[in-house]
Amino acid sequence: MPTKNDDCSMPMTSLEKLSRRAFLARAGAAGVVTATASVAVPMASAASAQQQASTPEPATPDTVPIALRVNGETYRLQIDSRATLLDTLRETLHLTGTKKGCDHGQCGACTVHVNGRRANSCLLFAAMQQNAEITTIEGLGTPDKMHLVQAAFVEHDGYQCGYCTSGQIMSAAAMLHEPWGPSDSDVREALSGNICRCGAYPNIVAAVQSVRRRA
Amino acid sequence: MQPFELITVNSVLDAVRAQAASPSAQQGAQVRFIAGGTNLVDYMKLNVETPRQLVDINGLSLDKVEPESGGGLKIGALARNTDVANDEAVKAQYPVLSQAILSGASTQLRNMATTAGNLLQKTRCVYYRDTAFGCNKRQPGTGCPAIGGHNRMLAILGTSDQCIASNPSDQNVALAALEATIHVTGLKGDRAIPIAEFYTLPANAPERETVLDAGDLVTHITIPPLPAGTKSLYLKLRDRASYEFALASAAIVTKKSGDRIEFIRVALGGVGARPWRSFEAEHSLHGKAATPANFRAAAEAALRDARPQSQNGFKVELAKRCLVHALTQATA
Repeated sequence: MPTKNDDCSMPMTSLEKLSRRAFLARAGAAGVVTATASVAVPMASAASAQQQASTPEPATPDTVPIALRVNGETYRLQIDSRATLLDTLRETLHLTGTKKGCDHGQCGACTVHVNGRRANSCLLFAAMQQNAEITTIEGLGTPDKMHLVQAAFVEHDGYQCGYCTSGQIMSAAAMLHEPWGPSDSDVREALSGNICRCGAYPNIVAAVQSVRRRA
Repeated sequence: MQPFELITVNSVLDAVRAQAASPSAQQGAQVRFIAGGTNLVDYMKLNVETPRQLVDINGLSLDKVEPESGGGLKIGALARNTDVANDEAVKAQYPVLSQAILSGASTQLRNMATTAGNLLQKTRCVYYRDTAFGCNKRQPGTGCPAIGGHNRMLAILGTSDQCIASNPSDQNVALAALEATIHVTGLKGDRAIPIAEFYTLPANAPERETVLDAGDLVTHITIPPLPAGTKSLYLKLRDRASYEFALASAAIVTKKSGDRIEFIRVALGGVGARPWRSFEAEHSLHGKAATPANFRAAAEAALRDARPQSQNGFKVELAKRCLVHALTQATA
């Protein structure tokens, strides 16, 4: 379904016209089995932003109608009450910048901001977040206009595989407004809820400290 | 995850009535309050908890941290762990509580988790979380594979032949040492329960963890004022420097008169089947001089009844040293 942040509509260089996600989706449609394509089972059916004014989809027994505020947009959705905010962001709104790592609140890959505070979206039921203002990595900055923390991660090479990066950045961006001391160890403590399997921690700390020293 | 109905309530009484439809407030309750959800949602994903209805209580105005008229502090059940830890009155009057909360979980989880949710987080082990195994807590009568199994992290105090899980909370260790009172509204009205009487031991019924009955809603806790000049601190020892459960921890609340210990409250974490108030250590220290020998004697008293398992014998000495170190710091 089309959203403002669909991968295909994001600005890309000429060499990147076809995104990895779009490529995998097409490969899946062509009969090539890929793990990424085959596990994308939507937890919920959705009415897109464009359908907001029209009649909502008919309710099915296990679904509930909700309104969700994400990155300044209001989405009216019909979702399974079991759907987490993480699954709703990724599978229904197709905001796939937020990652699913452990799905149990242990790794931090799914970190988003809820009313300006960082939270694990895998442990939040979407239906309980209707009065919240949610910000994902897509709402933090864009490739053309990056958030300071995003730019610092690029500058300091604060990643290897990149899977934990959006969670790291969302945590770091929230940390700027939290009461922490100035040292590297304060950054490590503040970001201890975000695990990096590659071990890019030295560069992550350097990136975050470069932003904090500038502030 | 099993399907469930999600309802919201606008009053404490509505919340109490909704939960009272479940025969129990303990393991396996069919109706569950949900606030932060950091513990419950995890168990629902694992099919360890399968409520048919969730009662969202976030709309209840129970999130304030306020001074009590006679001194002390009142903390609402829905006050988030982050907000309590960073509260100026908490930091000034009860540093042990702020330190304990900040030593637990991650910022993301502390932003979500509530005071009462932390109070009621499960006493648990890896087998409780895994439905492929038996577990007397999750399903009474199915055994305890932790006994003789993977038990390095588990309890050495207050356990039984039915369950050796440790209470993982840091907040609750501080609250035990601060002699907090848990305020509950239930079907029969309001109750005030001293934290020392709030948690039950596993004995023959590990599925029960507290004295709460069906319908009971924790509305707030109160912490009594401390004598002027009282010092408090929390020391936590663990495998990693951050974001890890305690192997052993100690909460100390104390005041000296000259070199003598005039006021002393001690609670241990990571070693007990519940947040472990050590009356033995307190009795041993009261009126004594603040010396290494007296601290060691108190630690010996605190761990006298320790019952280590196959992998966690090291916790006995670790907890003693943790307590000695914390006492040394608190009386310095």
